[in-house]
Amino acid sequence: MIERFVLSGTGGQGVITAAIILAESALHHTGFHAVQTQVYGPEARGGSARSDVIIADREILFPKVLEPNVLVCLSQMAYDRYCSLVRPGGVVITDPHYVKRWQHASSRHVEVPLHDTAMRELGSTQAINICLLGALVRLIPIVPLDGVREVVSHRFPERFREANSAALDLGAGLVKESVTTF
Amino acid sequence: MSTAGQTERSRVQFLQGNEVCAEAALYAGMRYFAGYPITPSTEIAERLAERLPQVGGSFMQMEDEIGSICAVIGASLAGTKSMTATSGPGFSLMQEAIGYAVMAEIPCVIVDVQRGGPSTGLPTHASQGDVMQVRYGTHGDHSIVCLTASNHQDLFGIVVDAFNFSEVFRTPAVVLIDEVVGHMREAVRVPEPGELDLTERLLTDVPRDVDYHPYAPREDDRLPMSNFGGVHRYNVTGLVHDMWGFPSEKPKIVNDLIHHLYLKLENRKQMLTRWREWSLDDAEIVLISYGSSARSARHIMENRRSVGVPIGMIELQTLWPFPSEMIRTKCRHAEYIVVVEMNMGQIVHEVKRAVDRPERVFLSNRVDGEMITPTDIKHLIRVIQGKGV
Repeated sequence: MIERFVLSGTGGQGVITAAIILAESALHHTGFHAVQTQVYGPEARGGSARSDVIIADREILFPKVLEPNVLVCLSQMAYDRYCSLVRPGGVVITDPHYVKRWQHASSRHVEVPLHDTAMRELGSTQAINICLLGALVRLIPIVPLDGVREVVSHRFPERFREANSAALDLGAGLVKESVTTF
Repeated sequence: MSTAGQTERSRVQFLQGNEVCAEAALYAGMRYFAGYPITPSTEIAERLAERLPQVGGSFMQMEDEIGSICAVIGASLAGTKSMTATSGPGFSLMQEAIGYAVMAEIPCVIVDVQRGGPSTGLPTHASQGDVMQVRYGTHGDHSIVCLTASNHQDLFGIVVDAFNFSEVFRTPAVVLIDEVVGHMREAVRVPEPGELDLTERLLTDVPRDVDYHPYAPREDDRLPMSNFGGVHRYNVTGLVHDMWGFPSEKPKIVNDLIHHLYLKLENRKQMLTRWREWSLDDAEIVLISYGSSARSARHIMENRRSVGVPIGMIELQTLWPFPSEMIRTKCRHAEYIVVVEMNMGQIVHEVKRAVDRPERVFLSNRVDGEMITPTDIKHLIRVIQGKGV
């Protein structure tokens, strides 16, 4: 088993933090190995952000993701740039508020209204990356939701614990069923 | 979960390679860090700025890298295990003082997290272009210790080794990693206190008011130190010096010192050499790599093995002094040797010098700032095998 994630979006949305939490949750709450890298180069300037996570049942050697099974895009620029990298049978997750999708035959597309839900239920998009994690692990159930909850609670100050926990459940509630990617 | 289980869980941390360098240095007893932040090494300074005060150490942000290495040399001479961290441009600035530490035989550890060069080059991208600079960057005949690692668990041990070697041999020791290893996050199990051997500073037993010879070796060749500014008065200089530490131009003293600085490391490769190896017994193709490149090399090695290709691998963790005898022995029966590195060819020349029939040695490299991929290496192997890409 090997699952390759690319989480991408705009700087400030917290997709890199989400990637770190996803990988750390896999490390501590599954028997799997996990590696996280992020793009620091010029492509990460001008507001775009990208982080790669690999979760596998064996030692992970090459740490970068060239062809993701799971691509998350929270910006049109990220979607346009990375959409074609997805492996056949993989899944692309976008938020319709940020991304206007174009057809890509070999991958499946899941739209999750993170932005609009967060604005309506939480009043801001500050925790949109935590919402994203909730939706992501419901869709790709590689890490238990409560495992993510535990890592999130350690990673942020105590006073955000309840709000983050609610954001996580909000995101998870947006996804009805999981998909397989391999 | 049991208490023991919880303790074990808290020892496994999900860290960047740079953070591992910082934690390992603290484990080794480093209590003074002076540095000037530079990508991609900044997280080392960042973490130590927080961690050193917690353990009674000192963190100083200096005006530049020249000041940083000089402060580290001074702190070490005064009796504290000391370290700095930088990347290529800062490492260039440090070269003169590194030579001073070599000549005055002052233990210190320098972490160089390589980025693309020359000059300010590619701040956020991967490269392994500083290998020769570590060896020959400062002028004059000398030897130096250079260690590297491709994963965080090995990196922890390698940093501790660097401190130990620097103390035993009174030499600067360079931990040479690259942007990929420095920035990547993966699991590392922080060893229990006492789990890894630590070499403490060897202090002289010469009492106060008795003359101390700073450069008079013991029977085992080690030079006991006296904390500078403590009970003994002695001279430290970058000039060629006698056992008192005073300048000398006597040919015998010069000759002996140069031989000492060179041979104290070159004659002890057996102790200094760290490496890992896989599937060499029947290997017709041997990959040799180090640092993040070794992750790609091992990936393709295991991939090719699984389809029956007789391929094996050596991952170097000691780059300097170069383990030539080990390489020659391990590669004796190889038909092809492929050195995988992210530069225009640096270690490949050392491998060619080390082995019989150097025409067997090929270079698989990448210098565009991207991490070399398993596929890049596979293509070269197929070309060597006459199969075409």
